[in-house]
Formats: sequence, structure tokens, C-alpha cells
Amino acid sequence: MSMAAEKNQLRDDVLNGFQLSQQLERIWRTPSGLLGALMSVDHKVVGRRYIVTAFVFLLLGGILAVLMRIQLAGPENTFLSADKYNQIFTMHGSTMMFLFAVPVMEAFAVYLVPLMVGTRNIAFPRLNAFSYWMFLFGGCFLWISFALNVGPDVGWFAYVPLSSLQYTPTKRPDVWAQMITFTEVAALAVAVEIIVTVFKQRAPGMTLDRIPLFVWAMLVTAFLVMFAMPSIMVASTSLILDRLVNTRFYDSSSGGHPLLWQHLFWFFGHPEVYIILIPGTGMVSAILATFARRPVVGYPVVILSLIATGFLSFGLWVHHMFVTGLPQLGAGLFTASSMLIAVPSGLQIFCWLATLWDGRPVYRTPLLFVLGFIVIFVLGGLSGVMVASVPIDTQVHDTYFVVAHFHYVLIGGAVFPLIGAVYYWFPKITGRMLSERLGRWNFWLAFIGFNIAFFPMHILGLIGMPRRVYTYTADMDWAHLNLLSSGGALIFALSFALLLINVVYSARKGTLAGDNPWNASTLEWATASPPPPQNFDRIPVVKHRDPLWADGESLPVVAGLSAERREVLLTSLAEAEPQVREASPEPSIWPLLAAIAMTIFFIGSIFTPWAVLWGTPPMAIALIGWFWPTGSKEDEA
Amino acid sequence: MPAWVQKVLVLCTTWLLAACAGRQSALDPQGLQSGQIRSTFFIFLAVSAMVWIAVVLVLAVGMLRRKRATHTPLDLHEGFEQRAGRLVLGLGVATTVIVLGLSFVSYAGQRNVFAKDEHALTLKIIGHQWWWEVHYEADSPHQSFVTANEIRIPTGQPIKVELESADVIHSFWVPSLTGKMDLITGQKNELQFTAKNAGVYRGQCAEFCGLQHAHMAFDVIALPPDEFGRWRDHQNQSAQSPADQLGRQGEALFRARGCALCHNISGTLAGGQLGPDLTHVGSRTTIAAGTLPNNPATLGAWISDPQHIKPGNLMPKMPLQSNELIAILHYLEQLK
Repeated sequence: MSMAAEKNQLRDDVLNGFQLSQQLERIWRTPSGLLGALMSVDHKVVGRRYIVTAFVFLLLGGILAVLMRIQLAGPENTFLSADKYNQIFTMHGSTMMFLFAVPVMEAFAVYLVPLMVGTRNIAFPRLNAFSYWMFLFGGCFLWISFALNVGPDVGWFAYVPLSSLQYTPTKRPDVWAQMITFTEVAALAVAVEIIVTVFKQRAPGMTLDRIPLFVWAMLVTAFLVMFAMPSIMVASTSLILDRLVNTRFYDSSSGGHPLLWQHLFWFFGHPEVYIILIPGTGMVSAILATFARRPVVGYPVVILSLIATGFLSFGLWVHHMFVTGLPQLGAGLFTASSMLIAVPSGLQIFCWLATLWDGRPVYRTPLLFVLGFIVIFVLGGLSGVMVASVPIDTQVHDTYFVVAHFHYVLIGGAVFPLIGAVYYWFPKITGRMLSERLGRWNFWLAFIGFNIAFFPMHILGLIGMPRRVYTYTADMDWAHLNLLSSGGALIFALSFALLLINVVYSARKGTLAGDNPWNASTLEWATASPPPPQNFDRIPVVKHRDPLWADGESLPVVAGLSAERREVLLTSLAEAEPQVREASPEPSIWPLLAAIAMTIFFIGSIFTPWAVLWGTPPMAIALIGWFWPTGSKEDEA
Repeated sequence: MPAWVQKVLVLCTTWLLAACAGRQSALDPQGLQSGQIRSTFFIFLAVSAMVWIAVVLVLAVGMLRRKRATHTPLDLHEGFEQRAGRLVLGLGVATTVIVLGLSFVSYAGQRNVFAKDEHALTLKIIGHQWWWEVHYEADSPHQSFVTANEIRIPTGQPIKVELESADVIHSFWVPSLTGKMDLITGQKNELQFTAKNAGVYRGQCAEFCGLQHAHMAFDVIALPPDEFGRWRDHQNQSAQSPADQLGRQGEALFRARGCALCHNISGTLAGGQLGPDLTHVGSRTTIAAGTLPNNPATLGAWISDPQHIKPGNLMPKMPLQSNELIAILHYLEQLK
């Protein structure tokens, strides 16, 4: 671009507030109509779709949980057949882990991170759109298969050789393995976007030690995704190869080994837990600061804890394999490494307790969920210390004790903060408040229902009830506790029904929120609710870790960005000093087309290896279309 | 304390104790190893309970205590920030000390649980979808025999089980005696345990192994050593020939109707190897891998329609006349 053209370009400093707002909205808005909606690359539009889709999968997975609890409410129940039950518990686990927990956290990051770091769109917005479509298609693929009675039935962990062609000669495990591939692609794409957004698109002045804790948590999570997901990708792909083209990765009679699968799966599977948990802790930090009315105590301690958790999470996968006959000393070392993760988790808890101790808590629904989180998550963490012990684990492994443990950790550690986050950020996303009255009911039903549903499972496991059994005999003394647990599950389910009612009602009738209804401190509250397509009319300059508390309504801003094309400001990694004005991509239909091509390739390849051949050209065409130089402004930048 | 409160407390305690006892409970140990594990568990439980109560108390006090007056969220008290920082780090160090201490407690327990005895009585157990094949092996072949879904052991003597799988991964678990160990395809695992008291202890497959994972149980029957010796001598013998006409008819039908293709009965022409060995089936306490008690009624129901009781298992439904079924039942009941 020549200097003359550069000079002639319309910049934001020559327009007044209203003109600028209008002008930027025109540039950044998603085109109208169905085609426009399918072309959207706005991180808020994609993020909203991501969140809603993930919650639909939560609803579906939750219905499956209720079905299982009905089946187990009494001994020798015939409500579900063994075959249905095995499909349902596999679908429940797979849906909750791959289609709800990980995506919903990434979805919140997609929506919030660009707003919280003060930029106009996420990095690689087209990749972001592509990621959503892949997630959607993968999820639909799994659930349509389930509806057609081809739902996977070998557990969400799909241990070989049960999942091998010899013992499961149906398409069910292929559906599972390929659904993983879809969600991998989606998750890896988001991870890359988050890392680049946080590293390069922060508002000027947002140095590393001014990044909001939620953003730090999502950054660490993104790195975990980058390092953990390839392991499961290798695992699921080699499983499909074993099943489809007779490779022998896991066949012990040909020199393969079933334990290879377990190592690969859990090398992903344990960090996966922290991929779900760390965003939850980020939400807790965000909510806590706002409602305790003070910054979180020990900002650097919390960040170092997040990073330490990330590193440690890769060194303890073997505690899922303590009863596979590993060498005793090695197993003992994994006991120590597993328990050590209690240290960074504990440090965060201590920081939050200190924050509440000194703060002046305002007991609104988001804070209630955070308090519930502390009570439940600490208990789950402590039962985690128990299962990390080799001798204790030999008794409780694969029993209901472990079921209780990880629901305390995952629901307590991630879902409670998440529901708190829904109450907290709903006003920003929709412009309306959720009902506080329903919110309180929602919290208490969830808290009481959850504990009645899951606490008895600790005892059930200790008195001998294994996991993944579709029924049990009447003489096993498990009936009362199971009935109690099922009752609790219904109460817990009811709390989600209330949440749904609250969301549907408040989205239309809720009181208007205004920009910053909670008087919070981070940048997403410095713009309108819901935010305009450009997020901010003028990019703020950050001079404090809590900009809205330090500078109030009058944030300093940057001037000089283009007012006639999509442009974001790139800043330096550590100090966030302005470096470059960078073009941001326009809406495009190609991400959707590429996702469709890839879906055909993925689904085709579980039926015939030739799909790899004929599935590639459409993908190549879609990608060429995606990257075709248009001679537009963005390519010249 | 009002009377009704006492009543409720007594009821709860009784119920809790009753709930924790049982023939498949890790909290009611009947073996050396399970006792050791429970001790380790209780240490962890006590530490965990104290930590949890402390956290909840600090949370409660932190919420309820009187707060200093401030004007804005950033109006922080420098002294508090410093003290809080030091306290958090101190608690971090304390957490580290606790988890390292627990790691050593755990490892000490682990060494006891997995200690090996050279003179243990050795059994080989092979997991099948969805039943257990049990080999009693001895130096001389006529001291070796095979049974299924029921393991009898002497009390007080270390038992070594060698664990293998014929198909997918299973897990051998008798919580009353010790923790579990997987049976992994293409790998040999072993587990040692000692029963302290005579009794019947139920075990169950703990690794998801397909359609009927829920119905893959077994009993471990711990007997005084002399009684075990007598049982063992009896198991070593081949099946007795049927004593009556109906029994002989049953034996013939067992072969004619295809049962013998899958089931072995030592001392007869029935030599199938796919299903459980039935040489002494009449003396076992359960059938279908712990699914039903063993009596003529349940055995008859099982033979006439195994797919109804345990859908998906490998035993096909055989077309039998009712008099044929009666003859076969009569024959099997005699195989004590």
C-alpha cells in the first residue's frame, strides 16, 4: 500500500463518537439473511452458537444421566436393556466430556477473551467459524448415530480389545473414534486462536501482569489442549486403522499391546480433566473479584498455580492404570505426582478464601455458585487424593467411589462455576439480567440435589458396587443408596430445568442490564450489553489490572485505526506495546464449505479407506476457495 | 437429648454399620490385604475430613465476620495483603508436607499389600465374556483340576492368583479380601491375598467387558485348611457315573443335544472347552457366574432359555423336550 493511499484512508480520529460507532458497525456487522448468518466470523456470534450448542448437548447428556438413574433406582430393573444401558453410559460420558465440557469452556473463551483483552475480533476468525461447524457436525454425527442404534457402547474410554473389530464387529466404536476426531479439530483450532489472541491482540498497556485471571486460565487451557489432544488423535486414528485396514497397533497376538491404548488415552485423558477444570477456576476468579468487591488475593500466586497445574497434569496419567499390573515402585511415584497437584489447587483455594475473608461479599447468584463450588470441589479434590494412593485405588478403582469423586470434581469444579458464569455474563451477552429469584432456587436445588445424588455413591463404591453395571441383584444391599441417589439426581435435573426457564424467560422479559450491571472491573464491561459488532468504538488503553475500578467511566483510548476496513491492533507479547495495524478477515462461506467437505471425508473414512482418496479433492477445493486472494484490502495489509 | 433424636441416631448408626458390612465390602475386611488397605484408607479419610472441615469453617467465618469499611474495591489494606500472601504460601508448604506424608503412608501400605510369599497356593484364573475359569495347578497332573465361577481357598494360607484373559480386559475383585487386578489380553498379572476368616466372599468383574459385564460375579469360599483339603481331593476325582436310569438318560442327552460340544465333564465323553467345566457343577452354589443360586428350578430355567436370563451370553437356547430337560437336570444335579 502506497503512502498516498495510506494518507487518504479514513481513520477513527477524524470521526466523532456517533459517526464512528455507525461507521464501525457497518464494517463489522454480520451480513443479514441466512447466507449472512452462515458466513459470520464475528467471535460473539460464533461464541454464542458454541455456547448454546454445548448446552443443548448438556441437556441431552443430562437426560441420559436421568435414564441411567431410573434404571439403577432398584435392583434387577428392566427399564433399560443391557445393550441400551451400555450405549447410554457411553453416550453420556462422551457427550459430557467431548461435546459439552470442553467445548462450552472454549465457547466462553471465544466469546469473552477478545472482549476481555480489548480487541475487535478473535485471531483467525474464519478458523473460528470452521471450528464451530466441525464441532456441530461431529456432535450431530454422534447423536444421529445413537438415534439409529449405532451409538457407541464400549465406554467413553473405548478400551481395546473390547473396542476392536473382533469383539465389537459393529460400526459403533468407529462412530465414537471419529466423533473424537471432529472435536479434536475443533478444539485445536480454538486453542490456536486463543493463544494468538492473548499473545498478540491485547489492548495497549495490558502487560502480562494485567491480564484478567479468566484470560490467563484460558491461555493455560489452550496450551493443554495443544499438547494433550494430539495424543488422543493418534489413539483414535490408530484404533480406526486397526478396525478398518487391519493394522495391529493394539493386537497382542501380533506384537501390539492393549495397554498402549490406555497410555495414549490417559496421557490425553488426565490433562482433559484440567482442560475442563482450569477454565472453571478462571470463572471463579472473575466472579469472586466482582462479588467480593475486591481483586483476588495473590494474583501472581493464582497464575503460577494455573501454570503449575498445567505442567503437573501431564505427569499423572498412570493413576488411571494402577490395577493393570505396572511395576510397584513406578506406580508409587505416580501416587506422589498425582497428590502433588493438590498443592497448586490448594494455593488457589487459599487465595479465594483470603479474598472472601477481606472482601465485602454481595450474595448474588453467581457468588452462590462459587461458594457451592468451594464446598464441593474441595471434597472432590480430597477424594482425589485418596484415589491417587495405589492401595486405596485397588479397592475403589472402577467403582462408584470413583464415579462420586469425578462428579464432585467435574460438576463441583467446572459446572458450578459455569452456571455461575452464565448468571454473571448473561447480561453482557443478551443485554438482560437473569431472574435473581429463580437463580436462588436454581442454586439451592442444584447444591442439595447434587450432594444427595453423588455423596451416597462414595459409600456404594466402598461396599462393592462396580461402575458400568446395568443392574445389580437384590441381595447386594445397594438398593437404598441407589434409590436415594436417583432421587437426588431428579432434584439436580430440576435445577437445570429452572435454569432453562430462567434463560428463556429472561432473554425476553429480563430487566435491562446496562453496560456494567455488576460494577465489575474488566474490559468486557466497558462496552454496551450486548456488545456492538466492533466490540469497542475505540480500543481502550489499560493502565491497571482492574481498569474499570481504577479509571472508572473514562478509560483512555487509542486513536488512528482505520474506519473503513476491518482492522485490529497487534501489540507486543510481554508489554502490550502497539506494533501493527492488522487487517481482520471479512465474513466468508468457505469455512462452512470446508467443514462440510471435511465431514464427508471423516464419516466416509469409517466405511471405506477410499474415502481418504475421494474425500481429499473437495477439501482441497474448499481450502483453495478459503485462501483465494481476492485483491481486497485485507490481502494487501 | 430428646428421645426421638437418640432413636434416629441409633437407627442411622445401625444402618451405617449394616451397610458397610457385607460379603462384597471394602469396609468389612476379612483378609490381611483388605485390612491393610482399610487402615490406609482411614488415615486418608481422617486427614481429608480435617482439611475439608477447616476449609468450610474458614469460608464461613470469612463470610460472617465484620468487614472494615472501604470506599472502592481498590481500597486495599497493605498489611492484610502482605499477611495474606505469607499465609497462603505457608499453607502451600503445609499442603506439600501433608501430601508427601500421605504419599509415604500410601507407599508403606502398598508394600504390605503387594508383599509376595514364595509358598503361596497358586491358582490360575482366566477371564471370559462373562465367566471365570479357575485352574488349580499342582506339580502332579492328577492333583490339577479346573472349575468355574467359584474359588475355594484355605484360610490363613497365602493364595497367589495368576490372571489371564481369553478375550477382552476383565478385572478380578474380591473387596473383602483385597483390591482388584486386571486380567489383560496378552499379559500375565498376579495377585496375592490371604483370607483370615472362613466365609463366603463375593467378587465381581470390575472392568467393563461388554454386554453382560454386570453379570460376571463369583464367590470365594474360604474354608478351614482341613475342610479345604477334603474339598480339593474330591474335586480331583472325575465325575461319578449316574446312579439311576434317569441320570444315565441325562448323560446321553448331554452329549446328544450338543451340551458336550462346549462343556467338559471329566471322566465322560463330554470334553468341550468353550464353556465352564461342569465336572462338579452340582456342588457349586451359583450358576451363570453368580447370577442365580444353584438349584433345580434356576438351573432348569437357565438351560431352557439362557438368553432370557443373561442376554448376549454365548450359550445358545437348545430345543429340549420337557422330559429331556428333566433328565439332563437330574444328571447335572448328581455331579456333586
